[in-house]
Amino acid sequence: MTLDLFLQHLTNGISLGSLYALIAIGYTMVYGILRLINFAHGDIFMMSVYFAFFGVATFGMPWYAAFLLAILLTGALGILVERTAYKPIREAPKISILISAIGASFLLENLATVIFGGRPKTFPQIELFTKMVDVGAVRIQMLTFMIPVITVALLIGLLYLINHTKSGMAMRAVSKDIETARLMGIDVNRTISFTFGIGSMLAAVGGIMWGLKFPSILPLMGVIPGLKCFIAAVIGGIGNIKGAVYGGFILGVGEIMLIAFLPELTGYRDAFAFILLIVILLFRPTGIMGEKISEKV
Amino acid sequence: MKKALSLALVVVLVLSLGLTGCAPKAEAPQGGEPAAQPASDVIKIGVFEPMTGANAAGGELEVEGIKLANKLYPEVLGKKVELVIVDNKSDKVEAATAAARLVEKDKVSAIIGSWGSSLSMAAGNIVKDAKVPAVGTSCTNPLVTQGNPFYFRVCFIDPFQGTVMSNYAFNKLGAKKAAIIQEVSNDYAVGLAKFFTDNFKKLTGDENCIVAVANYNTGDQDFTAQLTNIKAQNPDVIFAPGNFTESALLIKQARQLGIKTPFIGGDTWETPEFIEIGQDAVEGSVFSTFFATEKPITTESTKFLDAYRAEFPGKEPAAVTALAYDAYLIIIKAIEAAGTADSVKIQEALLATKDFQGAAGVVNFDENRNAVKSAVLKTVKEGKFTFMDVVEPIK
Repeated sequence: MTLDLFLQHLTNGISLGSLYALIAIGYTMVYGILRLINFAHGDIFMMSVYFAFFGVATFGMPWYAAFLLAILLTGALGILVERTAYKPIREAPKISILISAIGASFLLENLATVIFGGRPKTFPQIELFTKMVDVGAVRIQMLTFMIPVITVALLIGLLYLINHTKSGMAMRAVSKDIETARLMGIDVNRTISFTFGIGSMLAAVGGIMWGLKFPSILPLMGVIPGLKCFIAAVIGGIGNIKGAVYGGFILGVGEIMLIAFLPELTGYRDAFAFILLIVILLFRPTGIMGEKISEKV
Repeated sequence: MKKALSLALVVVLVLSLGLTGCAPKAEAPQGGEPAAQPASDVIKIGVFEPMTGANAAGGELEVEGIKLANKLYPEVLGKKVELVIVDNKSDKVEAATAAARLVEKDKVSAIIGSWGSSLSMAAGNIVKDAKVPAVGTSCTNPLVTQGNPFYFRVCFIDPFQGTVMSNYAFNKLGAKKAAIIQEVSNDYAVGLAKFFTDNFKKLTGDENCIVAVANYNTGDQDFTAQLTNIKAQNPDVIFAPGNFTESALLIKQARQLGIKTPFIGGDTWETPEFIEIGQDAVEGSVFSTFFATEKPITTESTKFLDAYRAEFPGKEPAAVTALAYDAYLIIIKAIEAAGTADSVKIQEALLATKDFQGAAGVVNFDENRNAVKSAVLKTVKEGKFTFMDVVEPIK
């Protein structure tokens, strides 16, 4: 394998990995606070792509307005799902909430199928993001530069929010002990809703980038990315935000390198992700970053 | 308040289940379910197509054709023909369930479908055991009908299609080295890739003429790694049999990676989505299919085209729409010939079918109940599927 070829594979991997990372953060945040795996996260991600699609394609909004609106709507949707599917059963056993999460996921998928139809739609292509740049012999889409930058910028912003603001302090407190946090005067419900809103908005950013990169959108498009990003979150140590980003990159680059070096195993690409999940769960269930409990949010 | 909300959610959840479970049953009336079949005054024909999921666009194109045929030929033997449409959800497991539902619950006399060989194969044993004849629309893998006397089809099969495309690559494009990127989870794509490979090896006389084989799964969206590998091998042509969405995305990504090699493929590409998603990138792609509106073959073709254009102004029918139309019609003709809606008699009548005049050409079944037909080459030109050439069947 020549160096150019390797670099091309590496950029492909990084661009896929940073997308995974963006979505994985949402999983990890919710888990950090509620100890709940929000299985509807992948479907919230899917809805965000449709929101952006309708904004641009149907209502003819300029892309930045449509994207912003889609992000806000998705945040609202996340809060709505939390309020209706999780909050009423917050005191119930964990398993009930998990089942409710799966129910919310199916609900969103089927609603999308009924409302948007089962045929793929084409996400608008915005020249600024999709044009190709040649760097030596490597061809790179503008998005490939943008996604990691956006991911890292959002990560820094998020870490600031969690560690240096009042809402962040509330989130950290709730993640440690909901009852005690409540006794200390923290509005637990508001904090949890806020977390869902932020997590869903990150999913929306990921979703829009995903739509720009892979312009065919379907009601079930959230399932596989949802599972992959869940795996990324587990690899990184679920509950740990930096870990989710590392996990996303490891999974994205790993998948691409699997195909690059062992092309005959390409069909097992998704299996690779799940095998990685099993291995991690067997040998390091806390993930690569999951040991420092104090950082959990 | 809490209770009301959770109750509402439960209701919506239950509803959503109901919607997915029953939604596709578009035209089946609810009343009088257990009416014994011979006594009823309708003849039920099951339609078994992907209405949701990865292949939904293909399924919808075919249902269009079936409904159109039903509109033109609403009656047989003096009885109304009722379509029972079920959604096989582009999924092999769902496909088996959907087919079982048609034969067990709806007790249809015959079945039309499906788009996609894997989906049709999933129904194979069910129609065989229930002795209900099924007429495949555009499922081209040989295994669909092989060893199953109850499965017929109105399209040609992949050994022919693979030969057509490899001949095109070798003779017209002058290709000596080909790369293959196939949808490995789809029997259609894998079969077609194999037949292409076999014939291409024969044509070039070179065992190593296939320089790269790359796989992907249904629903994949990122093909950059596979394409980067293919690019390194520098092939003359890339054969990419697979579902339309994935194919369009992968051609797009190939062009973005700077691959200028021509892409060729199979009949599954002919859906509006292929062009919508692929845009400029799919321009010049060539594929084989069953029928071109530019070349009406029979008087039925003209009838079909006129009816279609009247029904959907400003739209041109896809080849699979014509095939689905034919599948309906051939069953109606068989019921007429059999003089009864009894499934086994219909199967016998279908076996005896000779020179059936369909919209997409004349159908004669070979010993494995496959239609022997010519293939049509089409390309994408200025954002439209455009007729290129006709290739006659090999005798």
